[in-house]
Amino acid sequence: MKHTPKSPEPLDKLTGPTNFDQWNLRLYVAGKTTKSVAAFENLSKLCEEHLPGKYHIEVVDLLMHPQLAKGDQIVALPTLVRKLPEPIRRVIGDLSNVERTLVGLQLRPLQK
Amino acid sequence: MNKAKSGHKATPLALPKAGTGINGLDEITGGGLPRGRPTLICGSAGCGKTLLAIEFLVRGATEFDEPGVFMAFEETAEELAQNVRSLGFDLEQLAAENKLLLDYVHVERSEIEETGEYDLEGLFIRLGHAIDSIGAKRVVLDTIETLFGGLGDTAVLRAELRRLFRWLKDKGVTAIITGERGDGTLTRQGLEEYVSDCVIVLDHRVSEQYSTRRLRIVKYRGSLHGTNEYPFLIDENGISVLPITSVGLRQVVSSERISTGIPRLDTMLGGKGMYRGSSVLISGTAGTGKTSLAANIANASCLRSERCLYFAFEESESQLTRDMRSIGLDLAVWFKKDLLRLHATRPSAYGLEMHLATLHKLVTEFEPRMVIVDPITTFLGTSTSAETEAMLVRLLDFLKSLQITAILTSLVHSANTAEGSQAGISSLIDTWLLLRDIELGGERNRGLHILKSRGMAHSNQVREFLLTDHGVELKDVYIGPEGVLTGSMRLAQEAREQAARLDRQQEFDRRQRDVERKRLALEAQMGVLRAQFEAEEDELKRLLTGEQLAANTERESKVNMARSRQADELAQGPGTRPRPTRPQRARK
Repeated sequence: MKHTPKSPEPLDKLTGPTNFDQWNLRLYVAGKTTKSVAAFENLSKLCEEHLPGKYHIEVVDLLMHPQLAKGDQIVALPTLVRKLPEPIRRVIGDLSNVERTLVGLQLRPLQK
Repeated sequence: MNKAKSGHKATPLALPKAGTGINGLDEITGGGLPRGRPTLICGSAGCGKTLLAIEFLVRGATEFDEPGVFMAFEETAEELAQNVRSLGFDLEQLAAENKLLLDYVHVERSEIEETGEYDLEGLFIRLGHAIDSIGAKRVVLDTIETLFGGLGDTAVLRAELRRLFRWLKDKGVTAIITGERGDGTLTRQGLEEYVSDCVIVLDHRVSEQYSTRRLRIVKYRGSLHGTNEYPFLIDENGISVLPITSVGLRQVVSSERISTGIPRLDTMLGGKGMYRGSSVLISGTAGTGKTSLAANIANASCLRSERCLYFAFEESESQLTRDMRSIGLDLAVWFKKDLLRLHATRPSAYGLEMHLATLHKLVTEFEPRMVIVDPITTFLGTSTSAETEAMLVRLLDFLKSLQITAILTSLVHSANTAEGSQAGISSLIDTWLLLRDIELGGERNRGLHILKSRGMAHSNQVREFLLTDHGVELKDVYIGPEGVLTGSMRLAQEAREQAARLDRQQEFDRRQRDVERKRLALEAQMGVLRAQFEAEEDELKRLLTGEQLAANTERESKVNMARSRQADELAQGPGTRPRPTRPQRARK
């Protein structure tokens, strides 16, 4: 289940690894629950806003591919895994808290 | 009921159980852990939770043909495999055979950011996938509360754990969940114990420098279980729990008698020796010959070609062999023939239950007909007497149930309290031989008597116990007006008696000779008297003959005279008959 959203639109006001030009994000969900739908919507919105054109989101439905859970050490769902840039980061939850999500993805430095 | 024969639901009355295959645990739990339900194993760090869980899986895979999933939250699969290899579990091999699946769940708080709502569905999916991929019947989660360290939302976690237990039940897997012991509660979260159907608490306690692992079943829904604390230990064969074997006294006893190897002692024991499978206690103060007596009994056992297991807590094999050679027992031969096996350890080497477990293991392995523990009292140094007693009860129960004769020696510190200080085990003992010092006349000697011997008419006598160069001997002690005499005093007394006997014999001989002499004298006297009498008789005869002669002569002369005078015929010839002559004479 791959979603490859649109819009390559540069935005270079952020610091750190944001300069990296191909963000590889993987969102693990289990079916279409409210949480997983919310997580995907929140993530898309956030990427559009902060990483236009530099990201790639892959949604993995564990109900269909349970074997993939082991590889990324998935325990909680939904989990967003930043595969690239290194190192791997994990953000769990429905990503409703934008601030924390940005911190988790290191799109914003911790504690300002 | 007819259908009930196959499958796990064999007895509809009892809760179906999954055997753990762990020594002793199945006995306490009455068959194993509740099948298809979660069991919590909790305890503090290092008490063996993980190990017990792994053994449950390994035994399940190898002995019960039930594959298992191990979900580790604290150690990686490689670490786990390494850790249990020393116990003889080859996890990699089992994994290769699809009998075991190790999944390491890594939850690191610093790598995780939480934003908004989440659940643990990922864990469920992972576990479900693992279970389905090998058809697992058993699951271990070790240690699930690590999640609480990695994730922040406790409320979610608690709710999810509850759901997990439910889910495990629905899956029908027999699960073990391990948990760290919390403050005042069985687990840190105080949750798992309520949602588990069975709770086992492990404990690692140190008392007087000896550590003891213990296990207790706190709850077991729908089943009877032992409620006590049971010591358990971890050795190269995994975990062994030591239940106090049979709760009831149902052992079948033998009425076969076996010799002690000392004929006089057999005689004292109702003439036939001790019962097979009975427990014999040899107690005495230091140096009274307990070990020698025990070795003698061991020797007798080997002579019957029956294996004997000797637990020595004071001497090594070579020392015992050397020492016993001095009393004419060659134990080396039996060692070589493997009829006698010696297990020598210091009592302080490890705790009581380890000793007991070693004993169990060796007995199972060697299958002896006799077990000697020399001495049991050294255990008193390593633990309290109540524990020693409990251990001895277990030991004797175990040996009795196998009809193995148990010979225990016990060191008594003071002769005065010989009967009283036996670690309270006298009631367990069937035959009690008491060795004691008898100090008299400037020397110590050994005395033996039978304090009790169940089921036989035994001697009430004290015997002197001698260690000679051809083994143990029992001698009668001298009991006389001067009391009980032993050793050289007995010998002296015997010599005195011998002399007195000789004296009496001589006196008798002398008397006899006297009488003989008197008889002879009497006879001699009688001879003299008879001779005198005969002489008188002779004299009388002679006189009579002379008289007759004279009479004849007179008559003849008268006849001649008559004839010369031409007188009438008076008599018919010269007859000596006086009668016819008398009238003639009278007429004259």
